[in-house]
Amino acid sequence: MTEPNTGQAVKLKKKPGRRQPAAPDSTGPLLRTEKLTRHFKIGGGLHRRTLHAVDDVSLSIGAGEIVALVGESGSGKSTIARLLASIYQPTSGEIYLQGRRLSAIKSRADLLGYRSDVPMVFQDPFSSINPVFRVSHGIERSLKLHRPELPRAERRAEAIRIFEVVGLTPGADVLERFPHELSGGQRQRVGFAQALAMRPKLILADEPVSMLDVSIRIGLLNLMSKLRDDEGVSILYITHDIASARYVADRLVVMYAGHIAESGPMEDVLARPRHPYTQLLVSAVPDPRADVRVGADTDRGEPPRVIDPTPGCRFRWRCPLAIDTCHQVTPVLTELLPDHSAACHVATADAELKAF
Amino acid sequence: MSSALADGIGQTAGTSDPILQVSDVSVDYATKSGSVRAVDGVSFDLGRGEFVGIVGESGCGKSTLLFAIAQLLSPPAGLTSGNVVFKGVSMVGMTDSQLTAIRWKNLSVVMQSAMNALNPVKSIASQYKDAMRAHGVRSKTEISDRSAHVLKMVGIDAEHLRSYPHQLSGGMRQRAMIAMALLFTPDLVIMDEPTSALDVVAQRSLMVQIKELQAELGFSIIFVTHDMSLVRHFSDRIMVMCAGQVAELGGTSRVFGTPRHPYTAGLMDAFPSIKGQRVFLTGIPGQPPNLAAKPDGCLFAPRCPKVMPACGTTSPPLYQVDGVDVRCLLYADGSAP
Repeated sequence: MTEPNTGQAVKLKKKPGRRQPAAPDSTGPLLRTEKLTRHFKIGGGLHRRTLHAVDDVSLSIGAGEIVALVGESGSGKSTIARLLASIYQPTSGEIYLQGRRLSAIKSRADLLGYRSDVPMVFQDPFSSINPVFRVSHGIERSLKLHRPELPRAERRAEAIRIFEVVGLTPGADVLERFPHELSGGQRQRVGFAQALAMRPKLILADEPVSMLDVSIRIGLLNLMSKLRDDEGVSILYITHDIASARYVADRLVVMYAGHIAESGPMEDVLARPRHPYTQLLVSAVPDPRADVRVGADTDRGEPPRVIDPTPGCRFRWRCPLAIDTCHQVTPVLTELLPDHSAACHVATADAELKAF
Repeated sequence: MSSALADGIGQTAGTSDPILQVSDVSVDYATKSGSVRAVDGVSFDLGRGEFVGIVGESGCGKSTLLFAIAQLLSPPAGLTSGNVVFKGVSMVGMTDSQLTAIRWKNLSVVMQSAMNALNPVKSIASQYKDAMRAHGVRSKTEISDRSAHVLKMVGIDAEHLRSYPHQLSGGMRQRAMIAMALLFTPDLVIMDEPTSALDVVAQRSLMVQIKELQAELGFSIIFVTHDMSLVRHFSDRIMVMCAGQVAELGGTSRVFGTPRHPYTAGLMDAFPSIKGQRVFLTGIPGQPPNLAAKPDGCLFAPRCPKVMPACGTTSPPLYQVDGVDVRCLLYADGSAP
């Protein structure tokens, strides 16, 4: 990454809330969560119930790593993104960024600092950019807010540089356009540019390509790899498309009904999925290069019950391997293979159990 | 089911007993700066019980083509040429009341936004009732029996007839829409990206269900999607559209086995796979052409990796190569390069 001449030391000193991480933590993961939980109250009076969107999620994201968070709609993956972006407050549990507790942040300036370290790119590029301003507005505003050390004259040059990093060339031209003049793919690149302007450590990308055309998706996925390789940014890539997750990500975290079902190195999880839900997910992916295989392997399962759930595995209603224990005891994430964990009573390290 | 997926079956069905004949359909959108041709001379036949997938990027005219087939075009879009013959009768020029008579009954459309196409303030039952009453079904028991039956067909408990759309999950709403399209056992169901809002597991189970219903009831399907991998295992024939034109049309496994048009190859290359080596993909470089200012010659030429000098000047017609129609000058001398 070519730094502008403002210099690293100046930037760190002047950036609001930015502190050097404590020395012991520089070796640990960039961000980790500990038993992160978020419940929502629904209904009122006698109908008051609790929706368990995210329960006991402990995950970690290393520096310069793309972690894919995969799950069906309603599995809590977007809630995790919002918790990490500090849009929602956790019901319980904790988020650590470079060893620093998020709940310890009190001042607005420090929160601003956290948010510029962990920006978010939204799913819908058509509604996440203000249509009445030129696209330069958004990026220059975040430069002004999050990098006040940049003199006004350099802001434009930096905006142009960032636009060109994300493939919007010529940057000076594209900055002057209105969102409606850009295609969906270009708008999503603007989204990444705005996130990148803050010199983030971790970009939360919530379904960044699902609204885009297939021919354009690959370009955005390649951009994400490029940002990781060239800019050293970590990315939490939230998607329901496991094939695109495999294409860019280093690690895979599979969520089901608010719990982590399985996590591990991407290729390892895909080659040896231990949790029955992961097996279902992998078997459901349409693969244009594979041979025709329309079988009876479909599942007609109902969505899981996450409103006032009782203990037990949340996948048990759909799981062909469910045993008695699954109905009573909530399985915990256990390491079965090196760095590869699953939350399942039935799954073991070596047994060739195939649910789907 | 697997036999229906065999190559070539679709083509014989398509010629022997067409339920729908689309010939030379062109659609123009009137804009301030002149008319824009969104669909350009598309022709194809659809056989009874056949499943044709239409794929292409956004803006390639696939949804506009559906609207033209279903006679749903409204200004600024208009049919400028061509004919759509459904069960031997031309639909072009039908009056609204004539169209109303066949809609839902013989031909139904499942819209892209099926998630939002249901009326949020009416229960599923009352929306089904509306559609049935519009076609003269008055008997209350007949309406409720049929409603419960179609809902069960798509795998939803009849209990949910009393539900409002917001009480159903996305997948269930989509299924409820498909059930509504099947109220009268139509001959043709047109689907515009019905699964695009679903996750892979729900998507797959819905696709299998659609295919099973089709095998049971024998209707024909036109299925529009931008996701090529989705129709790979379900369609008999596939039509790839590029810039309003048919780029490639043929049996699904032939097209997927050897994509002949560079655009088809590019579309296939835009999908990462979860099996085999992780390979670097590029997709299709560049943007779809501006239809208001079309380049001369082949419309895909500016993005084509196999472009030749002639492509800039000659508009390729559709060539027949191994039973597949391909609009590409590579096949001008009738042989594969």
